[in-house]
Amino acid sequence: MNPMSTDIKVKEVNQADTENDDMWVLRLYIAGQTPKAITALKNLKEICEVQLKGKFTIEVVDLLENPQLGAEDQILALPTLVRKLPVPVRKIIGDLSNTERVLVGLDLLPVR
Amino acid sequence: MEKKAINTLPKTPTGIEGFDEITFGGLPTGRPTLICGGAGCGKTLFAMEFLVRGATQFDEPGVFMSFEETKEELVSNVASLGFDLEDLIQKKKIALDHVHIERSEIEETGEYDLEGLFIRLEYAIDSIGAKRVVLDTIESLFAGLPNQLILRAELRRLFRWLKNKGVTALITGERGDGTLTRQGLEEYVSDCVIFLDHRVTEQTSTRRLRVVKYRGTVHGTNEYPFLIDEDGFSVLPVTSLGLRHVVSNDRISSGIPALDKMLEGEGYYRGSTILVSGTAGVGKTSMAAHFAEAACKRGERVLYFCFEESPNQLMRNMLSIGIDLGNWQQKGLLQFQATRPTFYGLEMHLAVTHKTVKAFKPDIVIFDPINTFAANDTEIEVKAMLMRIVDFLKANQITAMFTSLTSNRCVADSSDIGLSSLIDTYIMLRNIEFNGERNRGLYVLKSRGMANSNQIREFILTDKGVELREVYIGAKGVLTGSARIAQEASEYAELLIHQKDIERRKHEIVLKRKALEAQIDALQADFESVESEAIELIEMEQDKIERLKRNKAEMAKSRRVEIEDITSNNLKI
Repeated sequence: MNPMSTDIKVKEVNQADTENDDMWVLRLYIAGQTPKAITALKNLKEICEVQLKGKFTIEVVDLLENPQLGAEDQILALPTLVRKLPVPVRKIIGDLSNTERVLVGLDLLPVR
Repeated sequence: MEKKAINTLPKTPTGIEGFDEITFGGLPTGRPTLICGGAGCGKTLFAMEFLVRGATQFDEPGVFMSFEETKEELVSNVASLGFDLEDLIQKKKIALDHVHIERSEIEETGEYDLEGLFIRLEYAIDSIGAKRVVLDTIESLFAGLPNQLILRAELRRLFRWLKNKGVTALITGERGDGTLTRQGLEEYVSDCVIFLDHRVTEQTSTRRLRVVKYRGTVHGTNEYPFLIDEDGFSVLPVTSLGLRHVVSNDRISSGIPALDKMLEGEGYYRGSTILVSGTAGVGKTSMAAHFAEAACKRGERVLYFCFEESPNQLMRNMLSIGIDLGNWQQKGLLQFQATRPTFYGLEMHLAVTHKTVKAFKPDIVIFDPINTFAANDTEIEVKAMLMRIVDFLKANQITAMFTSLTSNRCVADSSDIGLSSLIDTYIMLRNIEFNGERNRGLYVLKSRGMANSNQIREFILTDKGVELREVYIGAKGVLTGSARIAQEASEYAELLIHQKDIERRKHEIVLKRKALEAQIDALQADFESVESEAIELIEMEQDKIERLKRNKAEMAKSRRVEIEDITSNNLKI
């Protein structure tokens, strides 16, 4: 039904990797296929491919389909990227177009 | 036609006591309302009560979206007001959503919107079919989200969205510096704005509410005091009662027969306001106790506010003048309400009065004394409060008696917090210092609608209660106390002398009568003896004449001479 759903469910992991402590679990919250959502997903994929090759999971949650998750995960702004693993949980809002800030937000780059 | 449409602007009752009265129906249905004020002024509580009452009284479920307090905090906070939030949440009457924003956890990385908030809100609204929504305090977003441009645009969209959704929304906002809200929310929510204030004057706090604007409808514009107590929020729109109360021609006794006599012999009007004013120790409380006792004897209910004595002390003291108030208290006809005036602010007193009067439903309310209020508040406020109390009691046909302490130097009507104009029957008790002693005088300064006595009476406290005596007014002025007693004694003595005099005179008359009667008797006896003597002489002379006649006739017979009757022609006897 969702034209992008096949693309969105990106799970570039194998069984061995999930047991790895270095495994990154990222969840992107969107509400429908808005331009901002599409941009965000594209940006996210690009960053992960560069920085976390082979050790990340991206799960896309569409709040229009699962609105109750909005309250459960304290989502306010959209799109929001949540770093579930490694802990601590981090939240990044926006369409992820500012790569430097995304890296800071994900703790992949030390703040200068 | 258009005017009619304005008048019928749909309103959603809040169920908050008094608020629906000043807004003539409640909040605007299907529109957002802004409620703002400083910290701790009761915004959250107002909002929560709006939801809870909606859910319980008007069958309108509600969503509470909190940006500050967590669900658990909210539940326990309002539990103290008797609201069982957990239960309402389980029954799907209320949905709670706590929006947690942590600045440090948020990294902005480009374009975004607040659609997540919209979705959460919509989900919450749809899950219980909510008609009411509260956003508390949405300004927290400004602290959490750095991009104000996006935020403001999204807020504008949110309020528009709420309107389209048709929910009655209440948005709380923190008071700003010189503005209603810190972030200028009033710019977005412009249909109805309510302002809450929490002021501390002379160490007592007073909460006030004002409807700043209410588009498309009339509303009360004053600052209305409100209070938060164990029953929640209540606004006191008492001044709106106006002067339209029904009056009664019924008369009730003051409990002091002599005082009733001064008031056309019938006492006070039912539903009127009576002020007993006087200096310390003149017996104001005793008069109030008499009034209370008389009412209880008639089977009426009396609510007694004592602001200076504890009920037990009052009852003990009144026993000394023969009034057993404890008896009536046990029978449930008399209720005491004892608090220090300084215990809380005027509005709280007013509200407590309202509440206890509504709960106890008395026929008579006594405030003893009222002027202690003036100690910690300005006169105008005290007067306003008393006016509200008077209006409220009059509207309910309750007779009110106030006692008021005046200082000795004060002229009668300049005292008493300028209250005189509110009072129907004004009784003054005064100390009269004369002749080296202090006595009490009572007079009726005014009594609307009756021909009251203009006389000063002496007021005496006996072990059988209050007695009124007439005072003596003579060359030395008004005489009271021992001077009056002396006057009474001297008058009595004078009376005795007069009585003795009369008796003496009466006795004299009796004696005189007796003497004269004796004289009369003696004269009579004298006369009788003279009379009898005379009669005897007359008889003797007649005998002599008879004898002469007989002798003559015998001589003629012997001489055979015809003689004529000498007795008739020649002899004169």
